Amino acid sequence: MLLISCPNCGSRDETEFHYGGQAHVPYPENPNDLSDREWAEFLFYRDNTKGAFAERWLHSTGCRQWFNMLRDTVTYDIQAVYPMGAPRPAGAPDALSVVVPKRPLKQPELIEQPGSAPGTAAPSTSTTAPEGATK
Amino acid sequence: MANTAALTGINGLREIRRSPASHLAAALESGSVPGTVVLKEGPFQTMAGVRVDPASEAASRIASVTGGLPARCGEVAGTEQASVLWLGPSEFLVVAPEEDHDTLGGDLLGSLTAALGDAPGQVVDLSANRTTFELTGPRARAVLEKGCALDLHPRSFTPGTALATEVGNIPVVLLKNGEESFRLFPRASFADFLGRWLLDAMREFASPEVP
Repeated sequence: MLLISCPNCGSRDETEFHYGGQAHVPYPENPNDLSDREWAEFLFYRDNTKGAFAERWLHSTGCRQWFNMLRDTVTYDIQAVYPMGAPRPAGAPDALSVVVPKRPLKQPELIEQPGSAPGTAAPSTSTTAPEGATK
Repeated sequence: MANTAALTGINGLREIRRSPASHLAAALESGSVPGTVVLKEGPFQTMAGVRVDPASEAASRIASVTGGLPARCGEVAGTEQASVLWLGPSEFLVVAPEEDHDTLGGDLLGSLTAALGDAPGQVVDLSANRTTFELTGPRARAVLEKGCALDLHPRSFTPGTALATEVGNIPVVLLKNGEESFRLFPRASFADFLGRWLLDAMREFASPEVP
């Protein structure tokens, strides 16, 4: 169960919300100019990101307002909640740099580098990532 | 001047109407534990759904009719008679006694509609949309906590607070109108389920407490 922080109502259970799919998918400026393939891609093709993913949510049982959320699809860590229409928050951590601190018990060797800066930690983890972990 | 002809029934319709949980009336009475937790239905309240931009001039006109508009989630404005519940940033629910309905001699909807005027927004008669359960008693909070994830402790859920949430997986507006008194506003079609769910949750308090 996710505990989602609605911008209007505060923290509520996930069951009060509905998922609205990927955020920041702009409506084509001239839909008539699109080929069938481009139109189909606008309608049906969405990212399947592993890591931080911007998505829309609706607080359907509460204030009935839409909002955007930046959620990690691996750890379910909610990194940001921001209003509709606002750009995706910059500087959101990369998926793998979030994964590492979340698993200190399973990977004890990774917490033995507390002095290393995040900038140096991220590349080292990406080299140890399994095949296909990044797009 | 109250319309006394209307008060005696709108062409007799008032006599034959049934509230959504009327068939549970006997069960609610037998399931209540006086002095511990009591559940009853308070049917036929007049409710009006109001949508208006709270920063607009029309909102201040409506606020003067209702006695204020709540500014944020949880707040309840209004008078002793009619309370205004916050449902969304521009959406409010006015709950008033049955007699305030326009067909029964009141003027709630008419005055709200007049206050809104031509401004963008809406005033809708939602009296039949929801029914009211009144849950009172020292264990009322314990009953609700079985199916509501909110923090219902008095330190955070104070009298005069209303929140749209889920109780027993049913979407309700939960109003705390006293230290040990709650009102639940479920949609009419959920009244049967929620009434039975609350009765089931209350059952343990009819027995002596097991230490």
